Amino acid sequence: MAAAGGEVRRNAIDAVIGGLVAAALALPLLGFRLVDSAQGLSLGFRFDLVLWAALAVAAGRFALGLLGGVLGRHPLRPPEALIGPLSRSRPWLGWAMIAFAALLPLLPFADRNLIDKATLVLIYVMLGWGLNIVVGLAGLLDLGFVAFYAVGAYSYALLAVNFGWSFWICLPLAGLLAAGFGIALGFPVLRLRGDYLAIVTLGFGEIIRVVLQNWQDLTNGPQGISGIPRPSLFGLRFAASAPEGETTFAEFFGIAFAAEHRVTFLYFVILALALATNLFALRIRRLPIGRAWEALREDEIACRSLGLNPTTVKLSAFATGAMFAGFAGSFFATRQGFISPESFTFIESAVILAIVVLGGMGSQIGVVLAALLLVGLPEWFRDLQQYRMVAFGGAMVLIMLWRPSGLLASRNPTVRLHGGSR
Amino acid sequence: MEYFFQQLINGVTLGAIYGLIAIGYTMVYGIIGMINFAHGEIYMLGAFIALIAYLAATTIGGGGVALALLAALAATMALTALWGWAVERLAYRPLRSAPRLAPLISAIGMSIVLQNFVQLSQGARVKPLPPVIQGGFTLTQGDGFHVHLSYLQIAIVVLTLALMAAFTWVITRTRLGRAQRATEQDMKMAALLGVDVDRVVSATFVIGAALAAVAGMMVTLYYGVIDFYIGFLAGIKAFTAAVLGGIGSLPGAMLGGLLIGLIEAFWSGYFSIEYKDVAAFSILVLVLLFRPTGLLGRPDVEKI
Repeated sequence: MAAAGGEVRRNAIDAVIGGLVAAALALPLLGFRLVDSAQGLSLGFRFDLVLWAALAVAAGRFALGLLGGVLGRHPLRPPEALIGPLSRSRPWLGWAMIAFAALLPLLPFADRNLIDKATLVLIYVMLGWGLNIVVGLAGLLDLGFVAFYAVGAYSYALLAVNFGWSFWICLPLAGLLAAGFGIALGFPVLRLRGDYLAIVTLGFGEIIRVVLQNWQDLTNGPQGISGIPRPSLFGLRFAASAPEGETTFAEFFGIAFAAEHRVTFLYFVILALALATNLFALRIRRLPIGRAWEALREDEIACRSLGLNPTTVKLSAFATGAMFAGFAGSFFATRQGFISPESFTFIESAVILAIVVLGGMGSQIGVVLAALLLVGLPEWFRDLQQYRMVAFGGAMVLIMLWRPSGLLASRNPTVRLHGGSR
Repeated sequence: MEYFFQQLINGVTLGAIYGLIAIGYTMVYGIIGMINFAHGEIYMLGAFIALIAYLAATTIGGGGVALALLAALAATMALTALWGWAVERLAYRPLRSAPRLAPLISAIGMSIVLQNFVQLSQGARVKPLPPVIQGGFTLTQGDGFHVHLSYLQIAIVVLTLALMAAFTWVITRTRLGRAQRATEQDMKMAALLGVDVDRVVSATFVIGAALAAVAGMMVTLYYGVIDFYIGFLAGIKAFTAAVLGGIGSLPGAMLGGLLIGLIEAFWSGYFSIEYKDVAAFSILVLVLLFRPTGLLGRPDVEKI
């Protein structure tokens, strides 16, 4: 009983200290408010908020402390019993998810809004799978992945608007262009290691964005490009009426025109693209080049002494990842119908990287879960616009504290020698 | 020639500010090997706290500008340092032994939180402050172009030099500095020899945040406008400076900051202001190609 009393006492002291620190932290930024008026800046006061913040932190600290004492472990970490089954690989789970995704538009509760959101999530799933090749497989930290996404989007937009090329011709071109950019950018910098590579890729991401913003003649600057054509299904347009000599999708099948058709069509396009990325990533792991990526991630010196050229191996991973970002980018352009440099800021790179790392590097299903969590969930809380981003950042921190190696960690080599020691 | 000197003065001032932020990056990287992405936001918090503290000081004190500025500087350093400490305690310390990318993601998350927290609590609009320290010297008056050196620019450079001298003294002469250097070389061994590693790491974050706070206050006074978004660009540029100088090296951070400031000032002075960020990054890439560990960095020894 005395021990329990001491526990409560210690928790209470911790809580008071936590509350005081929270008050000091909140005092300048919550307690005062800069008021901008015609006479210049002045200060407003909101000291009640400081009090609430301090009380909330103290109460939370106290509750967590007691909970930790009762459970005998860190209260924010889930018990092994809950996590164990989740991280075991289950072949049927992937198939079940694919089946669900394929049937989603046919389900009764699927309205236009839901399919639109699912399309957005799938874009990020595809980007995550693409970046997973670079970060998860090859172990190269890329903080500027959005640059290739932007290259793909702008190549489709420019080719379609200026030359009238169709989406299906531009899609592979956009991928190739992005891969070319990946090689051109990667070639000089891939000799660098770890964090140097990270800052250089971040720099490239920013350079591409600044160029898009300032090269008025080509990209129309910050106004962006609008009126990007939508894709067609073997020449069938998704529109209320078609120009001379063309048919719309609705006319061809003799059904009434509905805007949902296009949304559903786009959904299936991105689903197919994402699944193609997934299949590619799963298969290439078993090829020599995929094995070289994984080997390089684990030990660069060993790879070198076995005759692998690290630069070409890294370059191929970088270019492959960039190519998928290019595909995703051109899909993004055709879905939005409008693109501007605004869509390709660093925060996008951070979100994609967060999806890969939160999912558990190298895990394909983990990427889906993380994309649902980071992109899907916030979409439902659009009304809380302002608090959404705070919660989003907070979620990134909390998930990392909760599962430091990602939701589903899989770092095992894909291929093992038979009869090996393990 | 006059134009050149003017850009030189502007570049050195800017470089002093970047150098102060870069020290926070390079110290943290040297000791725990992580890119503290939230450091730019700490600098932004510093700028906001400085503005609020200065306004509060003038409202209460009513008197001299110098006194108000000094009080604001002290309050800003203390409160921002507390933020730096809290961020480390909440978001990084539990991840000390986690995989390498975990603290990076946690830091990016923290930086999103801080940015949006300030946007929510202080509003998204740009906050203007009328010039506080005015006047200066006019150095030359050759053919219609005046080279101007303001008191504020002198104050920024002098304060930066003083802080860097004090900081170098802390690192080389004090007990804390010795513990920091020991932790940087080998965290586990330092812990075995009785260095309280957690305390040393906390102290590192506190010092880095305090220096970033000073940089934030300088920017508030120098440019006279701040918003919740300034941390991102300043952060990546300061990090670029740290990498340029050789990450983990303290003189390197100062040198890198100075170089980035000069590159920016000269590029926007002679070429185009739109592409000044591109110039800074391109120089970084060029330097890394020829010296992969930065200008003053130690070469990496690969162990098997």
